[in-house]
Amino acid sequence: MAKLKLALYWAASCGGCEIAQLQIGDKLLKLAEAADIVFWPVAIDAKYKDVEAMPDKSIDVCLFNGGIRNSEQEHLAKMLREKSKAIIAYGACAYEGGIPGLANLFNRQAIFERVYLETPSTDNKEKVTPQISYKVPEGELTLPEFYDRVKTLGQTVAVDYIIPGCPPEERTTWLALEALIEGKLPPKGTVISHNTKAVCDDCPRKRDVKKVKKFYRTFEIIPEPETCLLEQGLLCAGIATRGGCSAPCPQANMPCTGCYGPVDGVIDQGAHFLSAVASVVDSNSPGEIAEIVASIHDPAGTFYRYSLPDSLLRGARIR
Amino acid sequence: MKKITIDPITRLEGHGKIDIFLNDAGEVANCYFQVPELRGFEKFAEGRLAEDMPQITQRICGVCPEAHHMAATKALDDLFHVDPPSPAKKLRELFYSSFYVTDHTTHFYILAGPDFVMGPEAPVAERNILGVIAKVGLELGGAVIKTRMQNHRIIHMLGGRAVHPVFGLPGGVSKGLNEEERKEVEQIAKDSLEFAKLSLKVFDDIVLKNKEYLDMILSDAYTHHTYYMGLVDEKNRVNFYDGKVRVVDPNGKEYVKYAPRDYLEHIAEHVEPWTYVKMPYLKKVGWMGFVDGKDSGVFRATPLSRLNAADGMATPLAQAEYERFYSTLGGKPVHQTLATHWARLIELLYAAERLLELSQDPEITSPSIRTIPTATPDEGVGIVEAPRGTLTHHYITDEKGVIKKANLIVATVNNAAPINMSIKKAAMALIKPGKEITEGLLNRIEMAWRPYDPCWGCATHALSGRSSVPIYLYDSKGNLTKILNAD
Repeated sequence: MAKLKLALYWAASCGGCEIAQLQIGDKLLKLAEAADIVFWPVAIDAKYKDVEAMPDKSIDVCLFNGGIRNSEQEHLAKMLREKSKAIIAYGACAYEGGIPGLANLFNRQAIFERVYLETPSTDNKEKVTPQISYKVPEGELTLPEFYDRVKTLGQTVAVDYIIPGCPPEERTTWLALEALIEGKLPPKGTVISHNTKAVCDDCPRKRDVKKVKKFYRTFEIIPEPETCLLEQGLLCAGIATRGGCSAPCPQANMPCTGCYGPVDGVIDQGAHFLSAVASVVDSNSPGEIAEIVASIHDPAGTFYRYSLPDSLLRGARIR
Repeated sequence: MKKITIDPITRLEGHGKIDIFLNDAGEVANCYFQVPELRGFEKFAEGRLAEDMPQITQRICGVCPEAHHMAATKALDDLFHVDPPSPAKKLRELFYSSFYVTDHTTHFYILAGPDFVMGPEAPVAERNILGVIAKVGLELGGAVIKTRMQNHRIIHMLGGRAVHPVFGLPGGVSKGLNEEERKEVEQIAKDSLEFAKLSLKVFDDIVLKNKEYLDMILSDAYTHHTYYMGLVDEKNRVNFYDGKVRVVDPNGKEYVKYAPRDYLEHIAEHVEPWTYVKMPYLKKVGWMGFVDGKDSGVFRATPLSRLNAADGMATPLAQAEYERFYSTLGGKPVHQTLATHWARLIELLYAAERLLELSQDPEITSPSIRTIPTATPDEGVGIVEAPRGTLTHHYITDEKGVIKKANLIVATVNNAAPINMSIKKAAMALIKPGKEITEGLLNRIEMAWRPYDPCWGCATHALSGRSSVPIYLYDSKGNLTKILNAD
């Protein structure tokens, strides 16, 4: 049987997805038996021009991590789409925009002003900012264009499968790769994970009645080790987040922050999380409810930590 | 004018591009190391909850999230005016020492090692971790993998996750160690210490006993006279987790020693229009361009810099190696960039010794791991030494602890200007009119930047990179059992 041809690429991401791909450990051997890696800039000396030269659809599967923040990433996403039979959005950034997607609360100008002009350590009287084309004495230097907004991979090209997580846990990565190797990939559009239900389904903490009078911030209380964190007033996103991760964060006494994205059937994870939180508020008095909800000081960063670019809002409205 | 572009630079964390311009005579006119990417964390931190910073900012780098997690957590202690209980500080340092063991191991063996073990002009197909293992033996290769896996186990045990940990909080940590876990950590620390000693012996045998390599390390092509930065403890010894930032001048004399809160008095950042990365420099010396010397504010922040900026190491074996380092290389400070690899191994030894000390500390299993902050948050600065340099996080919040302003001076960024300078100097020394530009020659240029920011290597490090990837197989205990070339 001919070996599969695999490509891996990183766009607006941190490198954590690459580390996660290596976490499969000795299973890499099985992957190597079944697949040749034809493009992987973090580890392999193939350059962009090598990909350009490949025939269309000559790559069987491309695992693409990172969101689309600049023109180079968009170009590569489109090129890899043409060259690949299937594209997998690997990790929260490709899937939903991820944490760098919180930048959609601002625009390019605001980001440039902060980074290159306003930060207190920056000394930039001439107000220099990076240019997509700049003439130096020896010639011209070019940079990719930084876009106004972060887009998900799915907003840029058609995506066939999704592997969720920031980064995906080892077991999730292997679930997808094993299916790939065995030629048993699920129907297109599937989010590949061990669980289609919420993180709560993975979580060993005991659940009873969710009624909360006050929400606490993580530094304000030491949670009891056995009981559901949301019941203890911590804003745990597990209730509105796809499981399959084995709930490592609640087991380290910290709330889930939602990195596996929405559960099946939900379009907007943040809205789902928000409505779940609203339903546990233990009050019938509008004044008290308003007070309890007002104690949530960063709704965007709490409910849309990883999913702002993929949300119905896409980001803040910026004029 | 001819332009050579290497894009993307492979085996580098984060994206990168090198442009080398040759003049008509075929000599190097100039080189530019460009970072073609920006994500804007300093902006979108605004409006976030301060306590979420350890988890948000670590998404700057998934290779060393532990460093951002820890700098942010320390900034929160300052911001909330809370002093964590002693066991919590020790747990953080234990976690951080373990992180250093894995990070330095990865870099030395998988990235930098091949250049020395195999030789800088060895065929690409051999110049990698597999070549190293083939030459020095399967046993050492197995030890490399085992050390990494064992220390990732510690990171997972405390941090909750192997990548992007969650345990840092203002005033402490969310998770401690029980006695059973402590024993496991102690054993890993002992194994790591033996591994660190072995690594220094390997360096001694392969590099220091080879006159050709020693000459290359000492050659002018890889030398810059700059200021050096590193975190030191109260006795001016190297510390990764805590202390003051000390800077020495190109003669090795203390130029300044500052507390984290005072960083803005001493550090400024220059902006160039052809790259997204800023260039930090010593504010009072000033930005004079891409030049070294005492009148240029360019400084370096690397393992070599940390050794130069300190008076010694806080553990006995590392201290002995520290002394041997300077006696071998002709005294302090050492300006030869390639000596950074040796410095990294001395730090590996220190990290392993410190890990062992902390694993045997009677307080380390104490359940007293958190102090709940009660003061009103306002402003905080946290500094740690990331493996690639001094890392500064600075937050200003409202009275509810919501971020109003954030400033980050990220480890690798410190070295943005020196990396440019080193590439240019090596390129100028090596590329000569009429001389063929071979792959080996380009690798000697790459060797100029590798010491600063050696990419994280990976379990499937590339060979030719065209059609196949070599795989090394290890069992669940981390023993290397087989190497497979997919060809």
